[in-house]
Amino acid sequence: MQGNKATRDEGDSHVRIEDMHFHRGERAIFNGISLDIPRGKITAIMGPSGTGKTTLLRLIGGQLIPSAGAIHFDGENIPELGRSALYRVRRKMGVLFQSGALFTDMSVYDNVAFPLRENTSLPEAVIRNIVLMKLEAVGLRGARNLMPAELSGGMSRRAALARAIALDPEIIMYDEPFAGQDPISMGVVVRLVKSLNETLGLTSVVVTHDVQEVSSIADYIYVFAGGKVIGQGTPEQMRADQTPRVSQFMQGLPDGPVPFHYPAPDFEQDLMGADSHE
Amino acid sequence: MNDAIARLGAGTLTFLATLGRSGHLLIRSLLLIPGWRDLARISLQIFSVGVKSLVIIVVAGFFIGMVLGLQGYTNLVRFGAEAALGPFVALSLVRELGPVVSALLFAGRAGSSLTAEIGLMKATEQLAGMELMAVDPLRRIVTPRFWAGFISMPLLAAIFTAVGIIGAYLVGVSWLGVDGGSFWSGMQDSVDFQKDILNGVVKSLVFGFVVTWIAVFRGYDTLPTSEGISRSTTQTVVHSSLAVLGLDFILTALMFGELN
Ligand SMILES: Nc1ncnc2c1ncn2[C@@H]1O[C@H](COP(=O)(O)OP(=O)(O)OP(=O)(O)O)[C@@H](O)[C@H]1O
Ligand SMILES: [Mg+2]
Repeated sequence: MQGNKATRDEGDSHVRIEDMHFHRGERAIFNGISLDIPRGKITAIMGPSGTGKTTLLRLIGGQLIPSAGAIHFDGENIPELGRSALYRVRRKMGVLFQSGALFTDMSVYDNVAFPLRENTSLPEAVIRNIVLMKLEAVGLRGARNLMPAELSGGMSRRAALARAIALDPEIIMYDEPFAGQDPISMGVVVRLVKSLNETLGLTSVVVTHDVQEVSSIADYIYVFAGGKVIGQGTPEQMRADQTPRVSQFMQGLPDGPVPFHYPAPDFEQDLMGADSHE
Repeated sequence: MNDAIARLGAGTLTFLATLGRSGHLLIRSLLLIPGWRDLARISLQIFSVGVKSLVIIVVAGFFIGMVLGLQGYTNLVRFGAEAALGPFVALSLVRELGPVVSALLFAGRAGSSLTAEIGLMKATEQLAGMELMAVDPLRRIVTPRFWAGFISMPLLAAIFTAVGIIGAYLVGVSWLGVDGGSFWSGMQDSVDFQKDILNGVVKSLVFGFVVTWIAVFRGYDTLPTSEGISRSTTQTVVHSSLAVLGLDFILTALMFGELN
């Protein structure tokens, strides 16, 4: 499709996005981005709040359709897949939602068992072993009979993480896995992400704001802003990056070329009631 | 003037788009052929949609039956026709009040909770999460609820009617002294299986279908916010009540009227 395709290593990328555009109404969320998610590596996606990181995961999952461009997953173009092909591809994906999205009418145990029961015909005894294993990995084996409403924010996120890895997917996408974790469980989750990647060779996509945490485990980092990729590289390259926009982000400075604000009219004019509501 | 035309046009377009989306939902969820697991889910939903509506159906049916017995008696006795109480009560319940009132109660009790439940699942990304776990939320969530509503409605209407007749018997026969034998035999003579009972069942099947469709669609189509959910819930009750009453007129005209 594109001239430079042959020059890239085809077998190496698990997900490849080419010149993808996506709009919400009039607003362009993505303005022609291209990125590669290498197989078996941890790729971090960073960027200011509201730039479309969650949207990107939904696009890869085929829940949203880009207005132009391609999203190749294992060589298949996701936006062009029919319903059953899409469901087949989704069995290979695990997604940890930003909100956790646990099923509120099921216990933690049943939540983790859900993808196994729906997508496999394993006997219940095997499912039980898998579920307990996954819950043990996130430290929630003892909480298996609790309902989601009885969990704290960080606990529900870890329960959702156990559910996302229940089917042993080939690729797992974490939307803010570290948010709301105390230093201990944060360490557990960081090591879990790392060890899932190492032991199972899981391709991992981590959306996060935690520059420190992610620098310690990521193989490659993409930074988005304003619908574009503004920086990419290994954690060392990113820390050394002197581009103002990237270094502002990596060091967490509020003032700089990356806008902290949602697009808005001039503040002073706004206060003066320039566009007073009718 | 221009404004009014523009608004009418916009309103019509919104209406048509909604109709299209709901039709799409209906077709997609009904085309799925239920397997064994789906049957288990349907029976679970019959419990939460149907069985949990029983109390309100039974209580309401009983009171309406008692009122019918009382009103029927006071009016019929003036013509010395209190023996016709049985047919009067049975025909009113079987043809009209059973299907219609139980459908209205069903819309309020089960319809609103279906909408709220599905809407909340949408707002908390449970439906989206399911989709990414390669599970079709239509099949898993919508289809079983649909069938459950469709199956429960005629049963609820039948229970409503039966309880109503008992209520009328209590008031008319036990309290007001109408002859019990003529109460039952008059009922047996005048209620026709095909004309009255089957038509009543057809009505409640149609109502069950429409109420559940509206409820499920409103939940699935809701704006994923708390305000959106509360609006959809209200819409379910209002729209399905109006649909039931409107359809009842059409069905009655087709079944019992001189129009055909
Ligand atoms: N359903 C929607 N309808 C319209 N606009 C939306 C919708 N969902 C998200 N957006 C817009 O898309 C943009 C990107 O949203 P997204 O959730 O992807 O951001 P994000 O990068 O994940 O942010 P955060 O780090 O805060 O989670 C936001 O500016 C938001 O306003
Ligand atoms: Mg997000």
